[in-house]
Amino acid sequence: MTTVYDAGRATAPAARGGAASSRGSLLTRRRRRAAWLFLAPMILVLALVAGWPLLRTIYFSFTDATLYDLEYHEFIGLLNFYYLAIDPHWWRAVWNTVFFAVVSVSIETVLGMVIALTLNAHMPGRGLLRAAMLIPWAIPTVVSAQMWGWMYHDLYGVINEIFLFVGLIDQPRAWIADPDLSMYAVIAVDVWKTTPFMTLLILAALQLLPGEVYEAARVDGINPVKVFFKVTLPLIKPALMVAIIFRTLDALRIFDLMYVLTGNSRATASMSVYARQQLVDFQDVGYGSAASTFLFLIIAAFTVIYITVGKVNFDQGGK
Amino acid sequence: MRSRKIVGRVLFYVLVAFIVVYTVFPFYWAIVSSLKAGSGLFQVEFWPANPAWDNYVGVFQGQPFGRNILNSVIVAVSVVVLSLFIAVTASYSLGRVQFRGRTTLLLVVLSVSMFPQVAVLSGMFELIRWLGLYNNLLGLILSYMIFTLPFTVWVLTTFMRELPKELEEAAIVDGASPWVVITRVFLPLMGPALATTGLLAFIAAWNEFLFALSFTLSNEMRTVPVAIALITGTSQFELPWGNIMAASVIVTVPLLVLVMIFQRKIVSGLTAGAVKG
Repeated sequence: MTTVYDAGRATAPAARGGAASSRGSLLTRRRRRAAWLFLAPMILVLALVAGWPLLRTIYFSFTDATLYDLEYHEFIGLLNFYYLAIDPHWWRAVWNTVFFAVVSVSIETVLGMVIALTLNAHMPGRGLLRAAMLIPWAIPTVVSAQMWGWMYHDLYGVINEIFLFVGLIDQPRAWIADPDLSMYAVIAVDVWKTTPFMTLLILAALQLLPGEVYEAARVDGINPVKVFFKVTLPLIKPALMVAIIFRTLDALRIFDLMYVLTGNSRATASMSVYARQQLVDFQDVGYGSAASTFLFLIIAAFTVIYITVGKVNFDQGGK
Repeated sequence: MRSRKIVGRVLFYVLVAFIVVYTVFPFYWAIVSSLKAGSGLFQVEFWPANPAWDNYVGVFQGQPFGRNILNSVIVAVSVVVLSLFIAVTASYSLGRVQFRGRTTLLLVVLSVSMFPQVAVLSGMFELIRWLGLYNNLLGLILSYMIFTLPFTVWVLTTFMRELPKELEEAAIVDGASPWVVITRVFLPLMGPALATTGLLAFIAAWNEFLFALSFTLSNEMRTVPVAIALITGTSQFELPWGNIMAASVIVTVPLLVLVMIFQRKIVSGLTAGAVKG
């Protein structure tokens, strides 16, 4: 970490920078020192808004702190986690979140693939179509939730109207209020809103594929379905995996969609909704922090997978 | 053979039409609903027979919606400016200078962008109260850095790497300091990248809900997503759907215009932010 000639310096970062190689000329060393100086604001801000609050949240999870007065709290060890472990509502929230993430991301992947393959075909107005795809993505989640909430309305909603007309249902349904239906209603909104993101990522991967392979396959008269499974899918698999994990991470921390569409309803509450309810509505910061910490650990595990699978290449370029 | 091809084409365009209707219809429906007045809202009509602006006027009367929009603009613009300012210098260091701990730092930045917001909620709450920024837009600006900063740093770092090495070398030979290299040599080249990342950060800040909901208290301090989520009617049993739809259209249209203008750039920005990291 340190070298002899740099050890005496007052600025620790410069010392670390200088240690990278002994060939470090004066210029390189100056560049490294400047680099740390340039990084300082970012490190400072991230430490302030991410590092410190996270540590405090983890700390609070071992206390009986309340929102009413955060100052006065006592260390209670793992008691919050014990209560969490025996709370059926918490496990319901965990199940809701996992169910939501798995179903929603699966549908999005298939749908995103279908739409991306369609958009990848040569046709007039492709750019326009891609622009239309961005609409759901650009609409704020809260707005989409309200828009769909209105479409789901049990008496005046257009969904009931259309489904009745087509004959999918024989009487109007309360899509949001009915605990058997509400989770599917939430998933449908999420699929609508985030499929475009998946589509764009898959489309980007598709457009990088070598055209010659397809030309050869076409000349040989190979079935397009076979070409898809034997050629396309393996080639875009890395990008697809990254997109899936990225979406899964997003789905696991979902909050606004459920909160706006169904409030704190147990049938759809995600882990984030549960944690916030404990923290803010019930003022139980200690317990809510324990739930938050649990969610953080799950996401952290997924992040590690993401970084490993994504094989984020840090050292390309920038020599 | 020929007829099969035609059938295939027709099916293909049916699929395309279906995709377009699926993506566009909900927003179309919001517009249609927002233009219906009074009881017209409660009849399913796919085209408003007598379009009326009552709902649009109503949104601004029932609550301080104009103020909410202003709040969102202030917060989102400040967040973008701050994030870009910090990210430009940071991305130069991360993208172009080799130093020990660089990979670790990049990993930390990436991990922070994955944080579930609720995991920092109680700690952030304490911090914001301690700084005296509760129910204050500055508190939102500060807390939003947790998701905009990692993102902008990450995408700009990717961009910085791609810039030709020769430019920098020439500048260094001329005796330029790293600061001069960034501001005089690289910054002019970064216009498009800054616009894309700035826009994506703007959208993220404009849409944020959890922090805005938790760190503001009064109607006057709310941002638009919170205002839209909390619009209530005269009775607690009937929501003013016409107003809600009008408000939804109002906050979405500017975003859509921006997105349509920068469409191509956004796609590349999204893929750079997600696939490459």
